[in-house]
Amino acid sequence: MTKGQAPTPYSGSREDIVTGQESKQEPQQTPSTPRQVKFYQTGSFAVGGRLLDAPERTVQSGIKRTNSLTLGHRACQGCGEALGARYALDAAMRATENKIVAANATGCLEVFTTPYPETSWQIPWIHSVFGNAAAVGSGIAAALRAKGRDDIRVVAQAGDGGTVDIGIGCLSGMFERNDDVLFICYDNEAYMNTGVQRSGSTPPAARTATTEAIGRQPGNQWGQGKKMPLIAMAHEIPYVATATVAELHDLEYKIEKAMSFRGARYVHILVPCPLGWGSEPANTIKIARLAKETGIFPVFEAEYGEVTGVSKIRSKVPVEEYLLLQKRYAHLFRPSRQDEVINKIQEEADRNVRRFGLLGEDGMVQPSDTDKGISAHLGGKVG
Amino acid sequence: MLEQLEGSKAVARAVAMCRPEVICAYPISPQTHIVEALGAMVKDTTLEHCEFINVESEFGAMSVLIGASATGARSYTATSSQGLLFMTEAVYNAAGLGLPMVMTLANRAIGAPINIWNDYSDAMAVRDSGWIQLFAESNQAAVDLHIQAFHLSEEISLPVMVCMDGYVLTHAIEPLDVPDQELVDKYLPPFIPRQLLDPEDPVSIGAMVGPDAFTEVRYLAHAKQLKALQKIPEISTEFERLSGRKSGGLVRTYRAEEADTIVIGMGSVVGAIEDAVDDLRDSGISIGAISITTFRPFPLDALREAVGNPKRVVIVDRAFSVGMGSILATDVALALAHNDIRLYTVVAGLGGRAVTGISLKQCLSKAVKDDLEKLTFLDLDVDVVERELTRMEQSKRSGPSAENILRDLGTTTPETEGQL
Amino acid sequence: MFQVRIHGRGGQGVVTSSELLSVAAFLDGYWAQAFPSFGSERMGAPVTAYCRIDSHEIRTHEPISIPDALIIQDATLVHQMDIFSGVSQNALVVINTPHSLDDPSIAAYIDGLEKVFNVPASEIARKHLGKPIPNLVLLGGLVALTGIITLKSLHEAILKRFTGDTGENNYAAAEELFDYVQNTFELPPPLSMPRRAEAIHA
Repeated sequence: MTKGQAPTPYSGSREDIVTGQESKQEPQQTPSTPRQVKFYQTGSFAVGGRLLDAPERTVQSGIKRTNSLTLGHRACQGCGEALGARYALDAAMRATENKIVAANATGCLEVFTTPYPETSWQIPWIHSVFGNAAAVGSGIAAALRAKGRDDIRVVAQAGDGGTVDIGIGCLSGMFERNDDVLFICYDNEAYMNTGVQRSGSTPPAARTATTEAIGRQPGNQWGQGKKMPLIAMAHEIPYVATATVAELHDLEYKIEKAMSFRGARYVHILVPCPLGWGSEPANTIKIARLAKETGIFPVFEAEYGEVTGVSKIRSKVPVEEYLLLQKRYAHLFRPSRQDEVINKIQEEADRNVRRFGLLGEDGMVQPSDTDKGISAHLGGKVG
Repeated sequence: MLEQLEGSKAVARAVAMCRPEVICAYPISPQTHIVEALGAMVKDTTLEHCEFINVESEFGAMSVLIGASATGARSYTATSSQGLLFMTEAVYNAAGLGLPMVMTLANRAIGAPINIWNDYSDAMAVRDSGWIQLFAESNQAAVDLHIQAFHLSEEISLPVMVCMDGYVLTHAIEPLDVPDQELVDKYLPPFIPRQLLDPEDPVSIGAMVGPDAFTEVRYLAHAKQLKALQKIPEISTEFERLSGRKSGGLVRTYRAEEADTIVIGMGSVVGAIEDAVDDLRDSGISIGAISITTFRPFPLDALREAVGNPKRVVIVDRAFSVGMGSILATDVALALAHNDIRLYTVVAGLGGRAVTGISLKQCLSKAVKDDLEKLTFLDLDVDVVERELTRMEQSKRSGPSAENILRDLGTTTPETEGQL
Repeated sequence: MFQVRIHGRGGQGVVTSSELLSVAAFLDGYWAQAFPSFGSERMGAPVTAYCRIDSHEIRTHEPISIPDALIIQDATLVHQMDIFSGVSQNALVVINTPHSLDDPSIAAYIDGLEKVFNVPASEIARKHLGKPIPNLVLLGGLVALTGIITLKSLHEAILKRFTGDTGENNYAAAEELFDYVQNTFELPPPLSMPRRAEAIHA
């Protein structure tokens, strides 16, 4: 553990250091930072900031981190979903004084966390079927309401398939009834549990097992798919947010913000999948950050149907940098470069930038952001 | 105290007496009156400490109940027909997880062709799901069975389905006695869940189970159902002790001792069977009836004992397995496998066709002379079927069969359409 | 057992009529069973409902194919469907019509029936309720013709369902038809049937 080059002096306790998560992440490099920043240092946008002052540290960097999803699970190396789920649920636990009940859809998260007779869940957890996590969550919330237990809160979670496809009926019902449930979608943009088949969240041109990189239009179709955060917003529920596993402060802030509301809430977390995306396990965080920095994945939050904040792009990156790290897009570069397709993806990203106002005045990084800790990640107001 | 009540309203009141904490349903005929009445009781606070949730589908309804039951809430829903099929995945899941809850199934046929009237194709479609299935032969039985169902469900930690004939019972208005709150409170112990989603003591429910333990977990479900075979008579006896009324149990006999012919049925058709038995007995025929109240678990031993040793058994079934025959008869045949009894099956009352006393008596009169086909479809219009079969022989493009048959019957001739 | 079949149209309160007849019979100490036939529930479509009255528990739930009494709420139905199916020559038939039974719109259909009573139920309903809803009015006529149900029970049954003026006006209309039937026709001999032990109005 190195703290030598931290811009802010270390002021945490000894326990904070020794109980922290052992990460095998490679040193990260953000395009806007001229020097390499080591993992546990402040100044990184990725990590827990345990060298920050106590109020600015993440839940993950703290001794009281609950490890809701604890060690021993069977996720792949570099699994973005495992990371996202632990971040999110630990943050939810902190926000509720450790009174969370979780409902889980069928999918990777369910399978890799509960290899019978073991479980990695340290919170009360139920898995029913694929398409009903939101409704099971509604049922838990109803039971708690009937029993007058408003201190216990409910999280329902699913992958993109269990959210945007097979689960959308129950989810929409939970939204419109404004049931007191936080629904978290871990979006890895395909059915990874069954072997990487296309979902309604798979981006255009991406190769999956059912949209192979063959034929005249290799990869997933253009002009299809749906944007679940916008669908959630159309229900005018109290809170909708997107996040990635690359920005821990932002993710935790949004979960805690979500828990400050009663009623239906939705957080959509982009979680890269090394298996399905054909990426290096060590690149999970990097790819998640590039998704945001290219504009491909807009990071924003909305209350009652209106966007209230966006996370600005710090240094705009061409989509190519994002695409090149993933074999699901390899056909765009080999055997020959498909400029037309790459440009189309760039246009989509640019459209997101315009639509959500993802660039600041100059589109450059605001150096003071990191020092402000959590509050900095509110992002700029839209409009 | 007897009151002149609609079956649905009486059942709703009985359910409310059981103090459910979560009620969740999606509307489908003929289940609606039950759920509407419960919704009103929650709204006007007759039923307190209860959440009534209007959901987007039956799949959602059953899923809400799964979450609610796992959180320790006494939970209830009602559905019919297509609704049951739409929730089937969650129906199996609730049973597999061993979650107590009660569901009224207002029995209705399954399409296509779409049909809103009564038969048991819906109940039969989920008979292997692991739910306990009780059949009400009257509205009074339906009222009593719902109260017993909560007791049973929570006692053995399995979901219980109370089947009552759609329209025939749900919409019939009859003198009924809904037990008072004091009786139900005395009868029904508080719900102590076997498994609970509790932050104080976290458990994982619904983990994946591989080949190493799946057989054992499934056998356990079977063992629980077998245990229910013991519990159901006990629970029924306890109910009788408090209410003074015999209801529930596994099977019930009617003038069956030493009878040469036994007629077996389930649900409201039992009333018509018993009327027929009385008439035939009056004309000197040795005949009796058995009503099967508990269909799952199937009471093989109790049925064998109740049947005794007649010359023949006639099974009246309101559903059938296409390509096979009566479903109920298959189970009855297993119960009587070692006995030398002639079995006749009568498939009757499909899609709401009335099982009339006249047809039933004609059919049974043939049976007692061993002059009945092994498998009979009561009041089947063979001619109409033959005409459609001929059409299908004659033309590759004979058109949709149901519509052809309706045209043959004159139900949708252009003339009447014009008048309507 | 006494079996009543009621024919009318969706919106005319056919189902309510059979229900309240069963409630009145119940209050008078009989076992009674009411149920509708379902199908098209749209306004104006033909609707049939049934009521059985007996001195012991009624086990059967099949539709009534051989009624002892037939109530026809809308006389135009006689042209449209076989509402006289299973009606024997002795059955009581109450037709809501302002016309005489010799009227060609009815006469051909009731040939051979001995106890047909034409009553102006819609007119009486209009007078008391301001609208021609004849369903409960006709029950007053049936009560007059059978003698097994009391006006007191009919009154209570109506008030259980319709509170205030609506209930009282409906009952007043039913009572007027009761009187009309008693004063206009030669009544058949009253029916008699043993009652339940715990009868409320026995």
